[in-house]
Amino acid sequence: MEYVIEMLNIRKEFGNFVANDNITLQLRKGEIHALLGENGAGKSTLMNVLFGLYQPEAGEIRVRGEKVEITSPTVANDLGIGMVHQHFMLVQNFTVTENIILGAEPKSGLQIDRAAAREKVRQISEQYGLAVDPDAKIEDISVGMQQRVEILKTLYRGADILIFDEPSAVLTPQEIQELIQIMNRLISEGKSIILITHKLKEIKTVAHRCTTIRRGKYIGTVDIDETMTENRLAEMMVGREVNFDAEYSKANPQESVLDVKNLVVKDSRGVEAVRGLDLNVRAGEIVGIAGIDGNGQTELIEAITGLRKPYSGEVYLNNKPITNLKPRKVTESGIGHIPQDRHKHGLVLDYSIGHNMVLQTYYKKPFSKGGIMNYNAVAEKAKKLIEKFDVRTPSVDTFARALSGGNQQKAIIAREVDRSPDLLVAAQPTRGLDVGAIEFIHQQLIEEREKGRAVLLISFELEEILHVSDRIAVLYEGKIVAYRDPKETNELELGFLMAGGKKEGADQV
Amino acid sequence: MKLERFYGILIPILSIILGIAVGAIVMIAGGYDAGEGFYQLYYGIFGEPYSIGETLRATAPLIFAGLAVAFAFRTGLFNIGVEGQVLVGWMVAVWIGISFDLPTAIHLPLALIGAGLAGALWAAVPGVLKAVFHVHEVITSIMMNYIALYLTNDILRRYIGITNERTETVKESASLASTFLSELTDFSRLHNGIFVAVLAAAVFWFILWKTTLGYELRAVGFNKSAAEYAGMSVKRNIVLSFVISGVFAGLAGAMEGLGTFQNMTLNASFTGVGFDGIAVALLGANNPIGVVLAALLFAGLNIGGLSMQQVGIPPELIKIIIAFIIIFVASGYAIRLVIDRFTTKKDMAKTSKGAGK
Repeated sequence: MEYVIEMLNIRKEFGNFVANDNITLQLRKGEIHALLGENGAGKSTLMNVLFGLYQPEAGEIRVRGEKVEITSPTVANDLGIGMVHQHFMLVQNFTVTENIILGAEPKSGLQIDRAAAREKVRQISEQYGLAVDPDAKIEDISVGMQQRVEILKTLYRGADILIFDEPSAVLTPQEIQELIQIMNRLISEGKSIILITHKLKEIKTVAHRCTTIRRGKYIGTVDIDETMTENRLAEMMVGREVNFDAEYSKANPQESVLDVKNLVVKDSRGVEAVRGLDLNVRAGEIVGIAGIDGNGQTELIEAITGLRKPYSGEVYLNNKPITNLKPRKVTESGIGHIPQDRHKHGLVLDYSIGHNMVLQTYYKKPFSKGGIMNYNAVAEKAKKLIEKFDVRTPSVDTFARALSGGNQQKAIIAREVDRSPDLLVAAQPTRGLDVGAIEFIHQQLIEEREKGRAVLLISFELEEILHVSDRIAVLYEGKIVAYRDPKETNELELGFLMAGGKKEGADQV
Repeated sequence: MKLERFYGILIPILSIILGIAVGAIVMIAGGYDAGEGFYQLYYGIFGEPYSIGETLRATAPLIFAGLAVAFAFRTGLFNIGVEGQVLVGWMVAVWIGISFDLPTAIHLPLALIGAGLAGALWAAVPGVLKAVFHVHEVITSIMMNYIALYLTNDILRRYIGITNERTETVKESASLASTFLSELTDFSRLHNGIFVAVLAAAVFWFILWKTTLGYELRAVGFNKSAAEYAGMSVKRNIVLSFVISGVFAGLAGAMEGLGTFQNMTLNASFTGVGFDGIAVALLGANNPIGVVLAALLFAGLNIGGLSMQQVGIPPELIKIIIAFIIIFVASGYAIRLVIDRFTTKKDMAKTSKGAGK
């Protein structure tokens, strides 16, 4: 069997910490090879070694059978290795072509040969069925398209080994389907792909083989065929059995906690994103909002939590109006908020995890007294929360930045749940997390419900919505167009409603 | 985290060494005796009690100006208007110093507070413009410098009274001058301001790392979105940060008005103290101890540079050294890259080039 990449017994240390311990990964020509592992398992480190960003302490790398030293990304590029990053590296106000040629511009004399570049981009796009418009500006195209530009960029530079770093994390279900098609097209054209992911379903759909690592150690490489179940993959990844279909107890909804009435919210460009929305969430239930990204989710959450002023309409919490309150007043009136973007809103990444644990309560006793902080009390509180919610961090003084995504999210949830809010707004709480962390977070949401609190869950993952919610509200173009009972609906019907489809009217539950 | 701290100290020190090395090259290239030049520089700083006194005297305003820039920076703001805030602080300090007859215990603190408030008020303008109208603070604070320069000159002429281009001397009850310090240093102009400056560095630390306000200010500096989410008022914090920064800047002016000069002269151009503050904050890594040390270094270089003239070396050379130190600090990222390169275990091993095609 011919291998295009062989990473043999790779070891990478950071100080005393062993990020990769004797890991082997062999990529066959023309296969999609999944690299599976929890957040912080060492997947990215291994790929950064392959891409020349880190030098391994031990082990060797062979490319097409030849032993190589990959000392920098340039060397990796020369070897035909390309990386499609999770966070795109694109210049927003450049065109697709300009972004692709950036750093490798074809020249005629002193000038950039734009016509030639454009033609080549068009040609590659056609060959691999990417359907990218070479003249579109990045800021005008969708996230899915931007990802294709990243793919095109690597192809333009002659890559035939592509590393995809969690490519579906930022995509809608529709875009994920298209990405899968693209990946299949790529291998049919002779490329080889390493797919970094922790989404088991994707591995089942697209990958040929899968290498699993857990806490920096090599667990094994398996063929993905009919006999391989998602449960077995999950077990390999987390090292214990994972219960996917945990049956949660039935909800017992009480009085209404959140009432949104005829709410209109404009987005940053002044366009109405939420258009006369009505919604209520009762104590002791989880209401899931299903909808395609960009149908007003962000604006709705921001309006409820006080981060954005609604244009008109009312929001009531426990029958008291909170419509125009400032974020602090909203928080104090009893709302907990797990924000959609944990790096932008949820955490101050350059603050220690201890500092972050009191982000909304720092001004209260015992953390602050007479304007002076009591950082001992802060640390004590943080220690308790870290223990209770199993946040894995070396200490309370560790920067939030240094924690893995799953642990950052656990920290946010610990902080929000600990304040015992009447309403918990959870926006994409499991985005980018692995199954172990997802399971934990779902349990926390259920626990909150069981304590008689109201939970509003916003997610783009229909599976999650169906799994956790007691009631599903479908959001389309800024309005709730239908309510469904998760027991009596399925992804198909929800997908149809989310796309604006009408069926038997918008019945209320 | 430890590594960060290591770099935080290493880069400024390396920058100083490299800056001085460039100074040596320039001296040699210019046909001067570099050894003699550096001896004079050293002598000019440490050689006599007088020069030590003058160095410390020049340190005080630089500490304040450095703290002013650093404080705003910790909240994610660039206060380039320190120079203007120094001028208004200086003027108000002198005005209070010459206009009232009060016991020292009241007069001196009153003059200092007045200077601080004047600086705060001047700094509040770009702060409010930034918070309310989202006008970039660099532009407005630079413009406020020019307004301060010409307005203070005008007020000095019109209302405070000028003879021979300068105001009257401040009353003894408002003066920072210390006969003890002056005599100790062979009649230099060293005054009590240096103690006030060191105290201010401690206050800087206390506000940012001990108070609730400091927790907010730093959070806003790191991540405005998260601060807003947490219920902090970003606008209020921006204004407050500028105001506190302005207090430090205004007090830098008081060091000159109540200490060094005991008066205020009409200024044809900027004093430079405010701009040096940017360099001090940069070299001091926006850390209070760092700022004090950086202020000492820059004051030393400026005072010591005067002695270099005695062997014919132009004092502008000092400006070159300072400029290069700043360039090296600012390119700290590049220095890190070089260090990282040398510390990676195995490196530069040749790769089989072109194996791809």
